[in-house]
Amino acid sequence: MTNPPNNAAAGRASAAGPVITCQQLTKRFGDFVAVNGISFEVAAGEIFGFLGANGAGKTTAMRMLCGLLGPTEGAATVAGCDVFREPERIKQHIGYMSQKFSLYEDLTVRENIRFYGGVYGLKTAAIREKTTALLQRLGLAAERDTLVGSLPLGWKQKLAFSVALLHEPAVIFLDEPTGGVDPITRRQFWDLIYEAAARGVTIFITTHYMDEAEYCDRVSIMVDGRIDALDTPAGLKRQFGVASMDEVFLHLARGAKNVE
Amino acid sequence: MPAVELLNISKSYGTTPAVRDISLAVEAGELFGLIGPDGAGKTTLFRILTTLLLADAGTATVAGHDVVRDFRAIRNVVGYMPGKFSLYPDLTVQENLEFFAAVFRTTVAENYELVKDIYEQLAPFKNRRSGALSGGMKQKLALCCALIHKPQVLLLDEPTTGVDAVSRQEFWHMLGTLKARGITIVVSTPYMDEAALCERVALLQEGQVLRIDTPAALRAAYPWPLYAVRAARMHPLLQDLRAYPAAHSCYAFGEAAHLSLRQPAPDAAARLTAYLTGHGHTGVVVEPVEATIEDTFMDLLAQRQPSPNSAHDQPAQ
Repeated sequence: MTNPPNNAAAGRASAAGPVITCQQLTKRFGDFVAVNGISFEVAAGEIFGFLGANGAGKTTAMRMLCGLLGPTEGAATVAGCDVFREPERIKQHIGYMSQKFSLYEDLTVRENIRFYGGVYGLKTAAIREKTTALLQRLGLAAERDTLVGSLPLGWKQKLAFSVALLHEPAVIFLDEPTGGVDPITRRQFWDLIYEAAARGVTIFITTHYMDEAEYCDRVSIMVDGRIDALDTPAGLKRQFGVASMDEVFLHLARGAKNVE
Repeated sequence: MPAVELLNISKSYGTTPAVRDISLAVEAGELFGLIGPDGAGKTTLFRILTTLLLADAGTATVAGHDVVRDFRAIRNVVGYMPGKFSLYPDLTVQENLEFFAAVFRTTVAENYELVKDIYEQLAPFKNRRSGALSGGMKQKLALCCALIHKPQVLLLDEPTTGVDAVSRQEFWHMLGTLKARGITIVVSTPYMDEAALCERVALLQEGQVLRIDTPAALRAAYPWPLYAVRAARMHPLLQDLRAYPAAHSCYAFGEAAHLSLRQPAPDAAARLTAYLTGHGHTGVVVEPVEATIEDTFMDLLAQRQPSPNSAHDQPAQ
């Protein structure tokens, strides 16, 4: 391809087919195989649960898909961008949120939105417009000049999620997004996830809450760098003859050898 | 004499109240849970009980010792596992354990029997620096270090947060073993499913006790007729259930939605099924269900804040 398509076109093109594809994606650190030939596809608008025990290789796989870590071998595309050749372009088409990395506590709500809008290359007018819409949708208009550090955790999480969607990415990666909040707030966060998915945003999510695994369209479970199971929650429960995702997870992860 | 007793304990940080007039008692040998999200006051309570923080008001005792007057005595009889990993990352597994034994003027050999089952899982890594351990391993080592002086009361602040389901299950198994040896355990967790593993729990929110009871009594206290509702697609299901005229509340619960009704009706399930089918849902299954502790917790949260949605739509002051 002599003229690479512009970013928006790449984003649109990917919306038709799978938004994430992985074939035999592998990462080795010296002798240690952190991710061992994983293959899967995620469709546009799908809520894809990415589960595994601590040390199973989830974070490494996620870092590769986000363009933060070069794979050793295999192939993968995210929003039509190749993870080997175009890691920088990937970042323009994805959103990312985790408990560890989210908003700046010492900036106000509005400053955070403006900062992230700028990082993602949005024009000033677009940032202004999106700021108003976002504050309104979250009911945070009155808190626009409040320091994020003084907001309740549940609100930080909702704001971080919305900010990660500011540049209208094709995919959002959520790394244990709901830790620490009360059960009502946790479910309200899932309402935001459902709404984003209904708009066509692909959701790639890790969680330690097994009830949240049930809310995903499909769930993959990594064990020792491999994907040992991938199906709908109902399919997985049928496959392992158990009543809950908790039991599916325990069944698979108990056999793990890598305890990082 | 209770092993742990709090009477009207309050504590603020500046103008922010962290704990508001909390009273509770934990019996000797009991496995007691402090259940609540971040900001519920769990860590503040532990810091008061471990004599690391002075309450603004109220009194507290641990193993009969007053947290202010007898603070030195308390430090010898409690084992404390803080929420944040607090061992020495540059010491090895074995060195950390020996250090904590030495601080309490004992030896690893003296009390090894108490930590044996847990420490044996760490033995292959005993020469590894503790900073290089995985989350699950750090947690096990921290538990060993909190136990090595054979405490009467074990205080565990969110030991399973961020830990995967397998390690969580193993950890709770270990707590059961320790309880069987007569150690009083107070453990905090944000995971509602872990509340069911305690003998009694205090449900906490924003520094206040919502309810203290056994898991069975908390489940039984749920006041509304409750149904588990399944259909092919969860998000539209939740939306339609929330709009159902007889609905009191509706929350996702794993593969089902839990719907509580304002009042019991003999044909409630049939009517609800017809309503959902009429709204285009397929695979509709409606069945009465026993409330979980999480149902009760959410109901108490909603009662506390008359309209759950508006309360959560506005940030707290």
